[in-house]
Amino acid sequence: MKKDQESTPSSTSTGGGATTAMRVIVPLQGVVQGRGGLILGSVIPCALFYFFQLYLKRNRSKGGSGENSPPPPPARSPSGTHLQESSPLQRVQSRSLLSPRGGGSSGPAPLLASRADSIAKQADGPYYVGLKRVSEDPYDRSSNPDGVIQLGLAENRLSLDLVQEWLAENAKESILGQDMSISGIATYQPFDGLMELKVAIAGFMSQVMDKSVSFNPSQIVLTAGATPAIEILSFCLADPGNAFLVPSPYYPDLDRDVKWRTGVEIIPIPCRSADNFCLSTTALDRTFNQARKRGLKVRGIIISNPSNPVGNLFNRETLYSLLDFATEKNIHLISNEILAGSTHGSEDFVSLAEIIDSEDFDRTRVHIVYGLSKDLSLPGFRVGVIYTFNENVLAAAKKLARFSSISAPSQRLLISMLADTKFIHLFMKNNRERLERMYNAFVTGLKQLGIECMKSNGGFYCWMDMSGLIRSYNEKGELELWDKLLSVGKVNVTPGSSCHCIEPGWFRLCFTTLSEKDIPVVMDRIRKVSEICKSRS
Amino acid sequence: MRLVVPLQGVVQGRGGLILGSLIPCALYYFLQFYLKRRRSPPPPPPSSPRSPSTSSVNLADLPRSSSRLSLSTRGSIGRVHVSARASSIAKPNTSPYYIGLDRVRGDPYDPVQNPGGIIQLGLAENRLTLDLIEEWLSKHMNEAVLLGGVDGGLSISGIAPYQPSDGLMELKVVMAGFMTQVMGGTVSFNPSQLVLTCGATPAVEILSFCLADQGNAFLVPTPYYPGFDRDIKFRTGVELIPVHCRSSENFVPSIAALDQAFNQAKKRGQKVRGILITNPSNPVGNLLSREILYNLLDFARERNIHIISDEIYAGSVYGDEEFVSMAEILDSEDFDKDRVHIVYGVSKDLSLPGFRVGAIYSFNEYVLASSKKLARFSSISAPTQRILVSLLSDSGFVQDYLQTNKQRIRRLHDLFVLGLEQLGIESTKSSAGFYCWVNMSRLISPYNEKGELELWEKLLDIAKINVTPGSACHCIEPGWFRCCFTTLDDTDVGVVVDRIRNIVETCKSPA
Repeated sequence: MKKDQESTPSSTSTGGGATTAMRVIVPLQGVVQGRGGLILGSVIPCALFYFFQLYLKRNRSKGGSGENSPPPPPARSPSGTHLQESSPLQRVQSRSLLSPRGGGSSGPAPLLASRADSIAKQADGPYYVGLKRVSEDPYDRSSNPDGVIQLGLAENRLSLDLVQEWLAENAKESILGQDMSISGIATYQPFDGLMELKVAIAGFMSQVMDKSVSFNPSQIVLTAGATPAIEILSFCLADPGNAFLVPSPYYPDLDRDVKWRTGVEIIPIPCRSADNFCLSTTALDRTFNQARKRGLKVRGIIISNPSNPVGNLFNRETLYSLLDFATEKNIHLISNEILAGSTHGSEDFVSLAEIIDSEDFDRTRVHIVYGLSKDLSLPGFRVGVIYTFNENVLAAAKKLARFSSISAPSQRLLISMLADTKFIHLFMKNNRERLERMYNAFVTGLKQLGIECMKSNGGFYCWMDMSGLIRSYNEKGELELWDKLLSVGKVNVTPGSSCHCIEPGWFRLCFTTLSEKDIPVVMDRIRKVSEICKSRS
Repeated sequence: MRLVVPLQGVVQGRGGLILGSLIPCALYYFLQFYLKRRRSPPPPPPSSPRSPSTSSVNLADLPRSSSRLSLSTRGSIGRVHVSARASSIAKPNTSPYYIGLDRVRGDPYDPVQNPGGIIQLGLAENRLTLDLIEEWLSKHMNEAVLLGGVDGGLSISGIAPYQPSDGLMELKVVMAGFMTQVMGGTVSFNPSQLVLTCGATPAVEILSFCLADQGNAFLVPTPYYPGFDRDIKFRTGVELIPVHCRSSENFVPSIAALDQAFNQAKKRGQKVRGILITNPSNPVGNLLSREILYNLLDFARERNIHIISDEIYAGSVYGDEEFVSMAEILDSEDFDKDRVHIVYGVSKDLSLPGFRVGAIYSFNEYVLASSKKLARFSSISAPTQRILVSLLSDSGFVQDYLQTNKQRIRRLHDLFVLGLEQLGIESTKSSAGFYCWVNMSRLISPYNEKGELELWEKLLDIAKINVTPGSACHCIEPGWFRCCFTTLDDTDVGVVVDRIRNIVETCKSPA
């Protein structure tokens, strides 16, 4: 456009006769005539040309890598077959030819994908470092009383005895079935899960959510854990370079699950202790607009409800406004409700599916993630669920489930287990009671040490405020305390910074891998660390 | 009053005024054109630019009913977009391979209940020895298999809690032993170089993620297994370059063709990061000789690229030829092992595709490190791992099983090939796998892909048998079909041959 304006006046401007011999003529001379003509007239086109080149270069390097090259022309030429005949060198000969070129290890190392390189070399954050430390030196009351106590892994072992009892009685029949049919487990089964299991899980989900919603089995895709469920949804909803908004603090694995292979970005929506770490619509709106200003395309919001790591629940009102927001911006809403059955407070859990049921929203933007890892305490079984109202997503997710299928024997086992309503009822009831008891014992213990926790109603953890004990009120101070807890206190907790928490000094403590006898030990260890911190300050 | 135009200086004398005006205009036009083209490719309709509404800030404070109202007047906003990659994945299948599989699902043959149904010859699944597995399971499967603790007591902690996502060490150990046994005891596999995944499908995908970036390519000798197109291209953005093999060479890949494909790709500016081979080959069923494996390795080293060797049929060799694993070649000479990656699984050799157990065996520590991390998306369920640990530890059973399995595949193969021969239909000589690679080019007209697909359709609609046409496997010669026979029993073979006979007769009569 700029050029356009420049060329128009130039063609109308006037000048002397064109007959002068030996005159240096530069382009644009007409425009700049009189005002330092020669120099400006040379500089402007050069500058224009330079910027033009720069622009081209920048565009090319960006577009080039993503560009799909045309399908390779089939090598139809008959030369291929002829060459083959000329090449049957004797083995010995070809070896000896090659060896001087680089025998053994001297050959260059084959290149790896740059994405693999970054995955392989990526330094583990404190969350993963902590998990590793525990696996090297795990605490055991009798055999290793000085080991590191695991408070970093969201795993529930409080009710495993019930599962074990059930398995001991029913394992054989449930895997092979009454009539001992091998074809139900050995042969190829639908990649997205057996229909029987989908029906059973749909029933279980509505039981977990207090029968307030019913789930349609044909909207379910089963995957090998909730991890691939989230990844598959990310693949389906966003293209590389797009982004999801996620209220922070969020659980540390989400970064890997969403970003690693899909090329999708996560933009945290900061939540604050002043709001009880509840999502505020103002922050949501601000984050959305900031992302847009940066040129990022936001394709959805991912929430975890009950929230992980805080453990609070989204109330009806917030869910409505989230849906309104998603509708207004025309983006997706992924609700991870994997802890729906692990609530322990008095508050009611409200599923996004219930909200959708109650009013006339556009359902195609809502996707729910579930699984049996938390509510049935079976993470080893690797069973995750995508529940979606969007046909395209459903079709694509079913096809992508080929990369994350659940083993048929486990599916058979679960079909029987979930069909045993008496067991499920007993399990859920006991599990909630035990969860609540542990939570109360843990929070009380921490309170006696003068450490407050955010009030929570779900999940396997407390969200603990230790900001009073950190030396410098920033991430560095937080990680110093984390390190002290791990090395001196020998407890592995998850620092808030691993969860992208904006305020320093918060920690997630999972208490469901402990038994009640372990609580005093944990409290002692935390007391020791907090005393060290206090004595210094 | 002289008209001065830009570039007049350059073009002075030769029609100065006109050319001097035209050239800048033309240049500007091309610039605009270029800019437009550059800008337009990502036009996914932006959600119509709404004012950065301040109204939504206050949404939460609004009483529920009014907020709904204000929204509904705005009307239901356009449908929400899914990602571009999802919409291409969600599209209905176009490959005859998948269409055929779907058709069988809708109307499966059963000698008693549905004798007019479609017979499945398109799925590489082995049901010949399921009775042995069933017998073992019914004898040994009990709670101790699942819950067996070290001290003999029952313990839930081996299956319910989180386990390593790349597989239990116990399973890796027995798996390595099983692989050695399958490959004739000639190679030993190191359990710590194994990454276990839920099937060979994710194993291949994970390797693709690790070895190639988006837009890079693998060379794949054709005909190749139709699933590779999905396994590799769906999510990784890696391309497959077919390297054509011909019937005159028994469909054995030639280094010359590989070389040519490599150079052509290079000319196009495409980076080739590896070769993907299946050995025993799927769909042809032949084995790669030691000689060819050496040549492939030389080629890979010369070009500094990787080799992925899919050896999932290694234990399903029924011919007289000896199977040679890539791992054995590496053991025998001082190759740089970093570039070799082997894919294995129990879906074929143990007839357990429903168990979803695959394996990556790599010598490259970076590939191992990243595959282990990526296995979080494709972990095997722990109960299944426990069952397999018990099953594979029973070496007597495994030995008997492998032997019986080979005998049964061979018997059925001979029966099937003989039946086809009586119809005048030849197959390539094969010595492994669950299928024959059948030449029906005599029956097709015209002699091209169209003719092939017409015959395929006839086989599916009229004869009611689902086979895989060569074009689905990217075979360059028309008229070849893959027929899997291991889901059949002896009487079924008779039915299949009869059905094909009908087609042979109708194909011959018009000509």
